[in-house]
Amino acid sequence: MRIACPFCGSRDLREFSFLGDAGAAGAGLPGAGPGAGPGAGAEAGADAGPGAGPDADAGARAEAVYLRDNPAGRHRGLWYHEAGCRSWLAVTRDTRTHAIFAVELAREGAR
Amino acid sequence: MRYSLLSLAANALRGHAGWRPAWRDAAPKAAYDAVVVGGGGHGLATAYYLARNHGLADVAVLEKGWIGSGNAGRNTTIIRSNYLLPGNSAFYELSMRLWEGLEADLNYNAMVSQRGVLNLFHSDAQRDAAVRRGNAMRLEGIDAELLSADEVRRALPFLNFDDARFPIRGGLRQRRGGTARHDAVVWGYARAASERGVDIVQNCEVTGILRDPAGAVAGVETSRGTIRAGKVGVAVAGHSSRVAAMAGLRLPIESHVLQAFVSEAIKPLLDTVVTFGAGHFYISQSDKGGLVFGGDIDGYNSYAQRGNLPTVEDVCEGGMALMPALGRVRVLRSWGGIMDMSMDGSPIIDATPVPGLFLNAGWCYGGFKATPASGHCFARLIATGTPEPAAAAYRLDRFLRGATIDEKGQGAQANLH
Repeated sequence: MRIACPFCGSRDLREFSFLGDAGAAGAGLPGAGPGAGPGAGAEAGADAGPGAGPDADAGARAEAVYLRDNPAGRHRGLWYHEAGCRSWLAVTRDTRTHAIFAVELAREGAR
Repeated sequence: MRYSLLSLAANALRGHAGWRPAWRDAAPKAAYDAVVVGGGGHGLATAYYLARNHGLADVAVLEKGWIGSGNAGRNTTIIRSNYLLPGNSAFYELSMRLWEGLEADLNYNAMVSQRGVLNLFHSDAQRDAAVRRGNAMRLEGIDAELLSADEVRRALPFLNFDDARFPIRGGLRQRRGGTARHDAVVWGYARAASERGVDIVQNCEVTGILRDPAGAVAGVETSRGTIRAGKVGVAVAGHSSRVAAMAGLRLPIESHVLQAFVSEAIKPLLDTVVTFGAGHFYISQSDKGGLVFGGDIDGYNSYAQRGNLPTVEDVCEGGMALMPALGRVRVLRSWGGIMDMSMDGSPIIDATPVPGLFLNAGWCYGGFKATPASGHCFARLIATGTPEPAAAAYRLDRFLRGATIDEKGQGAQANLH
């Protein structure tokens, strides 16, 4: 598997490390949208009005932290170009074939 | 037909023309009391224990390919119960005890070999952790021995003891651990289940889960037609998320690829299972002589049943660091299997929010050793609706309750477990 980094060009897999599902793991990144993951869940919890009970908040947080779509097919994951430009990349890939459809900067994809 | 020395001798005299197929390759009926999805070790063991322990024989095992063609045929055949945490110890020890009686129970040679499992340590801190785990095991009635570096050196003199960075300081051994023949486990359970009336249906892929108007499970849609059943047990680790999605469920699981390797056959060298403590690498020698070894998962979501070269290199580096002689043998084959990586590294054996739908999933890369206990506990859950005490911690809602069983302490990072 080779990943086409927007800065460095096509690079070998061993230069990258994988964090996880872009939806679940992306919340900690700057610019991640609301509802994108655990960090966002915490923000939503802090902003929740008096109508939302602690249980509902805990449930939403547990879902955001632990549950995954885990698709067989198109999947968007976060990769870190550790041995290169150190960018966080959102890579859209077919989990059945490892074919890569798109690579973008995670920050741009989150907007 | 019962296998025995007598039946072997009788068939030898008749030119081995009298052997019957070990199990019945059934066509699916329109309805069963219970259906088990997945004809791997766990699914077949579940069906067997449903019939044997709970008198529930109107059961079908549905397998999309041929039995044992998934992870049951893609593991490194290691059995052990050297776990630290409550919730794990009792379960894996139940499995170990079932392994010890398995061949007599099934009347099938599963080549269970209690050759021992040795976890090496390389620093004072790792020794402390090994002592703690060994003590925890002994408190649970599981055997564990701490070996000094000299004792390890006497047993396995060819290991790399004096490595400058990771010298071997000793090891924690479980003598009752070892290996079993994976294909024989699958066939042994299939034969024993089939003899008790279970239908084993191959080339039958589940494509949907039927629900009644109240929302409860009513059966499954398959590539060989509709099969009705009031209870459906899913044991398809690797693909659990996909089958659960048919019932509208999202699981705390990611699918990842794990590679394993076998070398060309050599004369007897390694009489136990050894794990490297300074990297993820483990090795044993099969009865055919091949060195069977593996390491980390590749670390990214995959359903491809094949991995990439960086992981191959990483595993081989671990092997060379532990056992330099390994560099003189050639790798014969490598393969990949799809692991249900759960978010705490521990499995799930539980009912689901859908009445009548039961889930056996999340085995990460430790499913093979669990095969007997997994089937035993899942069968009890399906038959009675209540969990086996040894598996009572493996609940689906433990993530919501904060009751995760995180043996490696890595948190919700599927690719680190």
